[in-house]
Amino acid sequence: MERVPVLKIGDILLVSIQIDMEDQVALQLQEDLADRIVATGCHGVIIDISALDIVDSFVGRTLATIASISRVLDAETVVVGMRPAVAITLVELGLSLPGIRTALNVELGMDLLARNRAEEYDDRDDEDEDEAETPAVNAS
Amino acid sequence: MALSAEEASRFVVLLEENQDDLVGAWTDRVAATLRGRLSRTELQRQTADLFKGFQLALAGGATDLAHEPAAELRAQLTELSGHRARQGFSTTETAVSVYSLKEALLAKLGDDLAGLRDYIAFSAFIDAAALFTFDSYVRVREELIADQAEQLLELSTPVVKLWEGVVAVPLVGTLDSARAQVVMERLLQTLVDTGSPYAIIDITGVPAVDTQVAQHVLKTVVAARLMGADCIISGIRPQIAQTIVALGIEFGDIATKASLADALRYVLNKNGSRKHRER
Amino acid sequence: MSEAGQRLEVTSDQDVVRVRQLVRTVAVAVKLSLVDQTKLVTAASELARNTLVYGGGGSVEVATVNNGRRQGIRIVFADQGPGIADLGLALTDGYTTGGGLGLGLSGARRLVDEFDIATEVGQGTTITVTKWCR
Repeated sequence: MERVPVLKIGDILLVSIQIDMEDQVALQLQEDLADRIVATGCHGVIIDISALDIVDSFVGRTLATIASISRVLDAETVVVGMRPAVAITLVELGLSLPGIRTALNVELGMDLLARNRAEEYDDRDDEDEDEAETPAVNAS
Repeated sequence: MALSAEEASRFVVLLEENQDDLVGAWTDRVAATLRGRLSRTELQRQTADLFKGFQLALAGGATDLAHEPAAELRAQLTELSGHRARQGFSTTETAVSVYSLKEALLAKLGDDLAGLRDYIAFSAFIDAAALFTFDSYVRVREELIADQAEQLLELSTPVVKLWEGVVAVPLVGTLDSARAQVVMERLLQTLVDTGSPYAIIDITGVPAVDTQVAQHVLKTVVAARLMGADCIISGIRPQIAQTIVALGIEFGDIATKASLADALRYVLNKNGSRKHRER
Repeated sequence: MSEAGQRLEVTSDQDVVRVRQLVRTVAVAVKLSLVDQTKLVTAASELARNTLVYGGGGSVEVATVNNGRRQGIRIVFADQGPGIADLGLALTDGYTTGGGLGLGLSGARRLVDEFDIATEVGQGTTITVTKWCR
């Protein structure tokens, strides 16, 4: 069975999904990531899906689960590089990926993580305001 | 209705013997209907070409326009109607360019019974040719309309980069399902291409919003969010705001601003606070 | 009017991937737009997984169709599984018996132009979907 590689760059784990994943591969990635977050102590995970030509409900659910697991492990997950056709299809499918943060590309994803991290330490007073500022996906 | 072989050969001889007179008379009639919109020289050339086409087709043994020797003539007719259609002439004006040959012929035929019979037979052949121009004319016009519809779609949905990290789509005119889909795809693709995390959808130029259009806009916003970009809707006119509420359309937590300028200020402000925090 | 289709057995995860790839190839061949390709392949992925998970495996047949005016693709998912007892409920967003998101059937229906389902308890389920070129 193929495996999706997990790369560590500084404080961030980078996953670039380049293959048409079988369901088992997706579940394996979920496990691998949890292990690596704990092993490396990273606080951010970037999952690049720009090579995926479809995201179905299984992959969508796996991404959401990964985001939840990493949050429990004190790491923020950002899904980056979703193609327009994939986004349009997900909207039609009714899958809104609740709780997943997204960015257009890896660079913007890293910005988002850095900003979150900075906010967490610098501006504990105005947390409410910050919440509204970062584009979290929560529309129905 | 096909010509008989004898009629066809008589037709050829008639054309052969009166070439200059016929082309001249024919051109005069066409020029009269087109009233100077094409120069006499150009018309003369066109009718002379067509005349040759008729001659070749008949001499080649064609007794019906659909026959193989008439292929060249058909091509000429298609070209003629294409020209006329593109230059904005009506179908009548196009068909007259062919029909006028009949009047020119009449003067050259004897007024006995034999002449009359021939005239009717020749007329049928020319009628078929004129009808053929109708078909080609309509086909060319339909192509023109399809092309223009496509161009209009391209033209009417520009996605412009407004600022670093901000793109805008000024929507103008009625949004139907097909157009909304094009806009949606183009906007999302531009977000990816330019790496812009903000998009402003300006609907100042949209005369009315119905449930379907609102749905398309909302879907675009949700799709953009899934990709990691934020959309702001600007230019909502009072009537449209009333319709939106009356239709019970939920804009949810989507930012709406009165004007494009307000939307841009809002975005720059958010962007600024980001930059500020990064320091 | 339809041409001879291609058939795949669906008995494992890898087969779901194969279905996706086959549908993608055919969709490109009939020149579906990129968004429509994506929608169709996503729907096929959902339904093929249903065939595997709920139907206990089955077959998928992909064929090109032509209604005289437009080209399209027709996909038939068939299994001899337990069938669906309450079709209305199964087609409701968010309803699931398999621990999924409950968007498979209802979501797939929104992604295609024609959606037809025939099911009988104890006999199995056959789902036919069609997507036309614009």
